[in-house]
Amino acid sequence: MAVIDDTVTEHVVPHHAEEPSGFYRWLTSTDHKVIGKNYLYTSLAFFFIAGLMAVLIRTQLFSPNNHFVSPQTYNELFTIHGSMMLYLFAGPFAFGGVANYIIPLQIGAPDMAFPRLNSLSYWLFLTGGITMLLGFLTASGAAAFGWVAYAPLSEATNSPGAGPDLWIVSVALVGFSGIFTAVNLVTTIMYLRAPGLTMFRMPIFTWNMLVTGILILISFPVLTAALILLYADRHFGTHIFTVAGGGVPVLWQNLFWFFGHPEVYILALPYFGMVTEVIPVFSRKPVFGYKGLVFATLAIAGLSTGVWAHHMFTTGTVLLPFFSALSLLIAVPTGIKIYTWVATMWKGSLDFKTPLTFSIGFIVAFTMGGITGVMLAAPPIDFYTHDTYFVVAHFHQVLFGSAVLAGFAGLYYWYPKLTGRMYREGLGKLHFWLIFIGFNVTFLPQYVVGLRGMPRRIAEYAASDGFTFLNRVSTVGAYITAIGFLVFIWNMWISWRRPIPAGDNPWDGHTLEWGTSSPPPSHNFHSLPPIRSQRPVWDANHPEHADYLRPPEPSRFSSRRDEAVVDR
Amino acid sequence: MKTEFRVYTGIGIFILVMLLVYFFWSGDGGNSILLFATVGLGLLPGAYLGWWSRRMEPRPEDREVVEPGGVADQLGAFPTHSIWPFVLGVGVFLTALAFVFGIWTAVVGLSFCFSAALWGTLSSRRGGLI
Repeated sequence: MAVIDDTVTEHVVPHHAEEPSGFYRWLTSTDHKVIGKNYLYTSLAFFFIAGLMAVLIRTQLFSPNNHFVSPQTYNELFTIHGSMMLYLFAGPFAFGGVANYIIPLQIGAPDMAFPRLNSLSYWLFLTGGITMLLGFLTASGAAAFGWVAYAPLSEATNSPGAGPDLWIVSVALVGFSGIFTAVNLVTTIMYLRAPGLTMFRMPIFTWNMLVTGILILISFPVLTAALILLYADRHFGTHIFTVAGGGVPVLWQNLFWFFGHPEVYILALPYFGMVTEVIPVFSRKPVFGYKGLVFATLAIAGLSTGVWAHHMFTTGTVLLPFFSALSLLIAVPTGIKIYTWVATMWKGSLDFKTPLTFSIGFIVAFTMGGITGVMLAAPPIDFYTHDTYFVVAHFHQVLFGSAVLAGFAGLYYWYPKLTGRMYREGLGKLHFWLIFIGFNVTFLPQYVVGLRGMPRRIAEYAASDGFTFLNRVSTVGAYITAIGFLVFIWNMWISWRRPIPAGDNPWDGHTLEWGTSSPPPSHNFHSLPPIRSQRPVWDANHPEHADYLRPPEPSRFSSRRDEAVVDR
Repeated sequence: MKTEFRVYTGIGIFILVMLLVYFFWSGDGGNSILLFATVGLGLLPGAYLGWWSRRMEPRPEDREVVEPGGVADQLGAFPTHSIWPFVLGVGVFLTALAFVFGIWTAVVGLSFCFSAALWGTLSSRRGGLI
């Protein structure tokens, strides 16, 4: 237990039966920590499988007219790569894994509000993922219509066989899993907070997960409905998305992106939350502009539901100025976030441990991806670059920046809490530099090759196209990134085989999860520190610098420099 | 609970304004219905939370100052393990596969689902056998 003020709020350990152990525990546990770890391991496994597919894709594109894989296999690879990364890794890693584990701890709760529903969410996620991979075992192969499954390409005529059906069932199962997790997260945050932990004392990560949960509840049901309509078209003879029967193919795009664009922020907001936890702790300062960050998150949530058709500018069926204007507006709250992260570090006592290094890498990558996103929000630029590698580079910078760089910042940050062990700092840094260099070497050339006109989703290009050199650079970058992840696996292996005890609060953390043991006991807390500010554990461990003793927030962040504590 | 009310209602009102602008500018009824449903997703829970927040004392988690030890014994029973979510998950998985491989997987899957629903419900009555 960390150093805790002696006026603790007694926390009654709830009644529960004796816990099983071993495999049966893994199978039956409704403890959010066990389920959260299951989610983390499973989503990371899917991440490595999808990453391997990315390496195969890049190998195919290394040379012009290459025949490393067939065009059909190539289409299956990029479809399942994208689907796994988005549906099975980036989302579930954040809201099923990290949030599941951390949120009850951050709000002083003994568990999630609905533990058995939480367990069901995991099993639907796991079986949904297996269903997606089963497609490779069918005679027709896996789905090959891209992760967006545009109609009429995804209709039975153009994509026959069991593989596409398995994809539809898989995404529906994972969608239900996400909806259940969102219900659990929202209810837990609204009803199970510790006494004194008002909404405006919640950690930013918790705030972001609340908003993410609301966005999931808005958007995931639309996708599920669209999938049912697509299945009906494929098997029940309806013509909802087929022109031949009077249907409208663009309707699929509207329904899909009404899910798909909030989904982008469902994948980004949790990671924004993670770096907002990491940066203040490793800057030895409170987060700058707490309320600004909260309102920026809410603004992003509201705006993200009104920008779906910016993916459809080139269809000629959407109201360009409306969707362009709203898309450009999202840059404002996102810019506020970037500003507050930099301002939090400004004149802080920075401790460049692996989590902070990853966070800074995230800010760099995300800012580049965000700026190209602003460019793409302008229809004239989108018309020119639509369906080229420019777009591929843009969304990989945003999503790799978020889910991987910020995600691993969070993973390294909370790893001691999850395991009670410390990772190897040197290997963590090596992991960062390899994937940061590899990632930029992979995707920066793709901007250029996209502007030169290389379309996305093509298995081959000709030598005369002039794409060869940049594609080779990009492929080398992918290999460097892959080596970076081998370093990560080695780091985890070493930490497991030769553990270094981390202690309960190795980073001198601020929020409640650092006020319990590492790993935490069955129902998380035996007692809680008094909650009088946004940083209860900091207050308890540093009563002379407690937040609740400070005068009201100053208007200029430069005056915060005095608060940076250097006597670490 | 007032903040929760404001969050939901704020999102609902924001999307309502967006809906009105979009509908009168584009005349697109189909997508406006999606936005209209989203307004409901914001305003319905917002109204519920607002209704309750006016009729109840601030909960301990809504108070700025809480006396130490003054809120003990507020937590309920939390299960630590149950096999039924796993059984239900496998049942749903097998039932879903029927949409690809035929009805026979649903026969097995639905039996899992019904078993899990029955025993899962019985095992949680009175908050006892959890």
